[in-house]
Amino acid sequence: MMTSLRNNRFLIARRLVQTAVMVLLIGGNLWGWTVLRGNLSSSIVLGVVPLADPFAVLQLLAAGGLLATDVLIGATITLVFYALLGGRVFCAWVCPMNAVTDLANRLGRRFKTGTGSRRVFGRPARYFILALALVLSAVLGVAAFEAISPIGMLQRGLVFGMGAGWFAVTAVFLFDLLIQRNGFCGHVCPLGAFYALVGRAALLRIEHDHNKCTECMDCLTVCPENQILALVGQASGSVNDGVCTNCGRCIEVCPDAALSFSHRKHAMSLESGGS
Amino acid sequence: MAAGKGMDRRDFLSRLTAAAVGGVVWGGFVTEGKSAALVLRPPGAIPEQDFLGKCIKCGICVEACPYDTLSLAGPGTDAPTGTPLMIPRDVPCYLCTDIPCTVECPTGALEISLVSDDGGRTLDVNKTRIGLAVMDYENCIAAWGLACDACYRVCPLLDKAITIEHTRNERTGRHAVLLPKVHADVCTGCGLCERACVVEKAAIFVLPREVALGRVGNNYVKGWEEGDEGRIDGSTGPADEMDSNPLDYLNSGDLDDD
Repeated sequence: MMTSLRNNRFLIARRLVQTAVMVLLIGGNLWGWTVLRGNLSSSIVLGVVPLADPFAVLQLLAAGGLLATDVLIGATITLVFYALLGGRVFCAWVCPMNAVTDLANRLGRRFKTGTGSRRVFGRPARYFILALALVLSAVLGVAAFEAISPIGMLQRGLVFGMGAGWFAVTAVFLFDLLIQRNGFCGHVCPLGAFYALVGRAALLRIEHDHNKCTECMDCLTVCPENQILALVGQASGSVNDGVCTNCGRCIEVCPDAALSFSHRKHAMSLESGGS
Repeated sequence: MAAGKGMDRRDFLSRLTAAAVGGVVWGGFVTEGKSAALVLRPPGAIPEQDFLGKCIKCGICVEACPYDTLSLAGPGTDAPTGTPLMIPRDVPCYLCTDIPCTVECPTGALEISLVSDDGGRTLDVNKTRIGLAVMDYENCIAAWGLACDACYRVCPLLDKAITIEHTRNERTGRHAVLLPKVHADVCTGCGLCERACVVEKAAIFVLPREVALGRVGNNYVKGWEEGDEGRIDGSTGPADEMDSNPLDYLNSGDLDDD
């Protein structure tokens, strides 16, 4: 029991954080709680501090909206927070879609689905979709990704009522399960791509100790972005790629304690891989 | 390592095509979703097209409303998904004097200056223009000659936004018809009348002002209203675009028959 808790400590912590954020938002709508009102697009903490989704704000700015200062301040606070901490911490620790795709990908690994020979999207597709979102926002005068975002439908739906939003969430689940493993979060989602760019210089990073590694490669199996773990079995150092979500799953599954959370270190050459 | 070295021209073109097709489908979907003309927005909403470019869909206005008037449009409804709207027949707007929905909007999609005097210092909820109450006299039982003034009585701007016009009941020849009449310059579009209307499907209902109102244009001027001529100052018409003075035509010789 204790080992199982320990082996899933970050997973449990992430689900607790994700649930807590959504419960606070739902309480803000249904029961008038003032801790966190609004939703993940924009909210107010304790009736004072504004927070806002910087990518949504960027789309609105591209759409030509001269926005009020509240939402600009909120977006700046969020942006600075994630830029310092680790951009895609949002993806693994806050975004409710993470629980959906984690489940799809876990089932996909169990039943060996979602790994057809032909990939639908490459890893860089998300950056093109990000650019396309901004171009379409500018052309159409509407925040283009917010208009179709399954994440928006899910998180808004949880707070204000799902309606037909389940279709979008189910579509993402089935896409990840049957068509492409880690397809949505790891290849398509422009919000994840945005936070990957934001977190390029983030401080919280995964560190690999090559001297402890026995090259079992369990970390690569569970990592949703395992192309960034190229240093495993090669060299010690920190995983500095912005697409790392800091989910900590690799740390949990490593039987050799070769991975850990640490602060950012430069390059992979801090400690040359013990050969 | 997707894009980059191993990519030949054929690969590049097929990706470019995929991106273009994706962009067109995406754009079409968004355009389709924003063409909802009949949606009623919260008090203080800026014009619809600007509203869609500013609303971040956070739902703070929905939470601020003490009467649960507002809701966020769900996916698959007429309105662009996630934007706030009201359905007066279900819950009208009770015109709170502190207008919490507008005041709490973080983006300016709901604009305080539109519902206040002197640029935002004093809130004036009566400046709200959610829409305009429109009468269907065919199905208004007061217009039939029956005694009903539900809309008139419930109107928060009693005797200003809706007045009662007494006319002769031609059917009976001996009674009056007490006809409700909406005044567009005062009506806030709050929808209390629509909510109160006693017939099965309301005979008075709120429509967005863009839908409910016509537009005269600048070629008609109310000469009897002081300052109305100011509207055409600086406007250009066909006369300004002519190369020469039209009066010169009289001297041009074209009028000669032979």
